[in-house]
Amino acid sequence: MVAQAVVDFEQQRAWAVAAGVLDPEVPCVTVADLGILRSVHMEDNIAVAKLTPTYSGCPAVLAIELAVETALLEAGFEPRIERVLSPAWTTDWITEDGRKKLREYGIAPPVDGSASKLSLFGNVEVACPRCASANTEKLSEFGSTACKAHYRCKSCSEPFDYFKCI
Amino acid sequence: MEDKTPFINVLISLGDDHLILGHRLSEWCGHAPMLEEDLSMPNMALDLLGQARNLYGYAVELEAKGRTEDDVAFLRSDREYKNILMVERPNGDFAHTILRQFYFAAYMKLFWESVLKNGDGRLQEFAAKASKELAYHIRHCGEWVVRLGDGTEESAARMKAAVDALHPYTNELFDVTPDFQHCIDGGLLPEPATLRADWDASVEQVFQQAFLSVPEVPFPQTGGRTGHHTEAFGHLLSELQYMQRAYPGLTW
Repeated sequence: MVAQAVVDFEQQRAWAVAAGVLDPEVPCVTVADLGILRSVHMEDNIAVAKLTPTYSGCPAVLAIELAVETALLEAGFEPRIERVLSPAWTTDWITEDGRKKLREYGIAPPVDGSASKLSLFGNVEVACPRCASANTEKLSEFGSTACKAHYRCKSCSEPFDYFKCI
Repeated sequence: MEDKTPFINVLISLGDDHLILGHRLSEWCGHAPMLEEDLSMPNMALDLLGQARNLYGYAVELEAKGRTEDDVAFLRSDREYKNILMVERPNGDFAHTILRQFYFAAYMKLFWESVLKNGDGRLQEFAAKASKELAYHIRHCGEWVVRLGDGTEESAARMKAAVDALHPYTNELFDVTPDFQHCIDGGLLPEPATLRADWDASVEQVFQQAFLSVPEVPFPQTGGRTGHHTEAFGHLLSELQYMQRAYPGLTW
């Protein structure tokens, strides 16, 4: 019987390890920043990490699961990764910190309250991550990865990625 | 215990629609008329592939015979595929590809939304994600249908030709096989007929802006759901399955 305090400590440590893993396609943010790491808990000495995919066909899913598994292994845990589909991930789960990091990296974060139907179809105002101008235009609905669209700033002329709402 | 075979069959046939259409879309990679479309089409293909994997994965899990999603995709022959004929048609020009995508996405979005209201629990998990992904497909393809239909003389003629060629294939979206009916009766799947009015309305809405009209379809083209495919399908499969057939058991 392991003392509860030890389990709690291990659980917190496992969370910290898993939460620090960077997204392979958007390497400025961690899986915790993106909100795709749902939980980490200890189950009979096994660290169970629950992850959720961003898009049905996101090719990074396997890479992310493997990265979290590896990080936990290297930290001395016996890991198990579980893929959780429900509730479906939404860009609303990206943390404030995550949004800030995206912006600094040059990717416009999804607009707030993005999961609503209105913003999915309405004309959202996307601010340029470089000069903050709202005078931007969409170049392409689909960008370099499944989760992004391509925009251009009409003030500073820089093209940029927009992390689109889903 | 209740026989799950009808449901498994339907899951695989829906997975077939997604895999085959995703494959057709991916053929555009590197050949699109502009860079933005070279990004768009493989991205939509990726969504379809992910949805196909969900459906196949669920089917083989229910089946519990040790088959994997890869076995389903790569080791069946043409007659065992039950996708609708529209998705296997050669891409044609850009207008054909975009219109087909619009037709399909407009249907599947309604389908998944209906599943979300009332349907199998696991399918609801797939639906929550897929319905949002499809919203982007509909918007993107719908805008192109309008842009081409309301474009130059040449683009309008091509879009009209695409409508004439593809519309006869759309009825099969609503086809109900005995297996499908079994699932409807069991409350696992929505009844496609109930989606028809909304689908017609989405098409009509875009067609009006694109100066297109819905053609009469005296002879709907069907057969895919029973495994009767077009000539093009064998060629598609030979490319899709080549690796596994030439090097059985190959993994990345």
